[in-house]
Amino acid sequence: MKILVCISNVPDTTTKIKFIDDNKKLDTTGIQWIINPWDELSLTRALDMKDDAASGVQKVTVAHVGLGSSEPTIRKALAMGADDAIRINAEPIDAFFVAAQLSEVIKNAGFDIILCGIESSDYNGSTAGGMLAEFLGYPSVSSVSSIKSENGQIIMTREIDGGKEIISMPVPLVAIIQKGIAKEPRIAAMRGIMTARTKPINVSQPITIESLTEVINYEMPKPRAACKFVDPENPKQLVELLQNEAKVI
Amino acid sequence: MSVLVFVENWDGKFKKLTFEIVSYASKLAELLNTSAIALSVGNVENLELEKLGKYGAQKIISATNEKLNVLDNRIYTDVIADFARKEGAEVIVLANNITGKALAPRLSVNLSAGIGSGVGKLPISLDPFVVFKKVYSGNAFAHVRIKSRIKILTLAQNSFEVIETGNNASIEQHKIQVRDEIFNTHVQEVQKQTGKIVLTDADIVISGGRGMKSPDNWPPLVELAGLLGGALACSRPVSDEGWRPHEEHTGQTGKIIAPNLYIAVGISGSTQHIAGVSSSKYIVAINIDKDAPIFANAQYGIIGDAVKILPKLIDAVKEVKGK
Repeated sequence: MKILVCISNVPDTTTKIKFIDDNKKLDTTGIQWIINPWDELSLTRALDMKDDAASGVQKVTVAHVGLGSSEPTIRKALAMGADDAIRINAEPIDAFFVAAQLSEVIKNAGFDIILCGIESSDYNGSTAGGMLAEFLGYPSVSSVSSIKSENGQIIMTREIDGGKEIISMPVPLVAIIQKGIAKEPRIAAMRGIMTARTKPINVSQPITIESLTEVINYEMPKPRAACKFVDPENPKQLVELLQNEAKVI
Repeated sequence: MSVLVFVENWDGKFKKLTFEIVSYASKLAELLNTSAIALSVGNVENLELEKLGKYGAQKIISATNEKLNVLDNRIYTDVIADFARKEGAEVIVLANNITGKALAPRLSVNLSAGIGSGVGKLPISLDPFVVFKKVYSGNAFAHVRIKSRIKILTLAQNSFEVIETGNNASIEQHKIQVRDEIFNTHVQEVQKQTGKIVLTDADIVISGGRGMKSPDNWPPLVELAGLLGGALACSRPVSDEGWRPHEEHTGQTGKIIAPNLYIAVGISGSTQHIAGVSSSKYIVAINIDKDAPIFANAQYGIIGDAVKILPKLIDAVKEVKGK
């Protein structure tokens, strides 16, 4: 069985976000780029499955749409333990564009399980995974918090309002991964970092496809009003503020 | 032309979220000089369907088939896309919840329709079609132009007011054929907690962090949540430590919530935590560290040891609520 994990390259989640060019472009000065947190957890789970001989997973590949500048992020995925990587050499314009590019390289490559993080921490669209599944004509399960392989069937837990469902589904499939799939992201060991240098990153050229959306410009959030402090000896004052001023209780 | 709004049901019932998206769709239809059509998939009784008319749906389509009681993303996408074509939908509205996130992207590809996801208000302009959305996990906003002829919008929960217009809507019943060969979602088991407020639906959320010091200190939080009719949440370290289940983790990689009131107890308020709760209407912070970043995001704060303050706060709530 072969697993593909789609990874996105995003600013470190503690980055102070700023824009340039009349608020049209992200100021990338000094930004640390990381694997999108949900994609990193997906990759961790894929590698755990591969480590478990009973799961029948032989290979874990990562795929990424981006220019050469995102290769350090791909190398990080290889250092974590992915066997090889595919990079589609294009600026990721929107989720539709990215999913279309990914589906081109995936459609005849024989992957059984495709994992996508449910969201990227930059655009927060929660759309690329589902779009990819529709492009491929594969079934998809969203909000997946556990996945394992059992006798050729894939068993997943998906979140529903107020609970969860255990689902089985045949391959090939797209699983869209949320929190809970792995406790913590796997940390690359020194040996992994060394071997990552020689693992293949296969670069393919993009297909021509129009994006469906475009960002016109960005805006910073308005600062919140200053916090009103209440005497810790008299929390009743807080309850009264919530009742009479905020009117929320 | 029309605005089509997909309404999910929970055991045959709608909830506030449903009426928010129907109100939104009907307001948008008004701006576009067209009508709002609600599409319900799965078994819902007429009495419940009629409620959608009150919030501005002019027509209600009820698509049923026993198989539709399970959410199979491909089957649902087919059903919604079919009706979108039949009704000449120009805009399709869904909730930005678990189901909306599962279906909107598939619909986007099926109909070549661009998505504005997690929008909180009506479009900034209709021609060009521009929406306003949160990006960088709440650290910025973006004006996004949707270029395609058909547009899909997913509405953030608790962001749009429910508006009663009092229309009488017609109900159309449709028995749907399901393509068995693409039905692949086999549910083995359902684990559901009944009688508990769903975190993402809660108007009030009580959340505990590392400042609670130990999982043994949780009972006062549970009591406070009970008194206020709220749901429980926690910070990431608390769920990582296994003090609380990961379903309660709110923050960037956990649940993104937008309650009317969020009470953060012993939570310092990292950027990642704020990303999950910044849409709350009011934030209350209780923390021992006066410099904790949570206070910069809160309207009300108490500086002090959360474990010691909680019993007093509970007494105060009992007193005020008891009146």
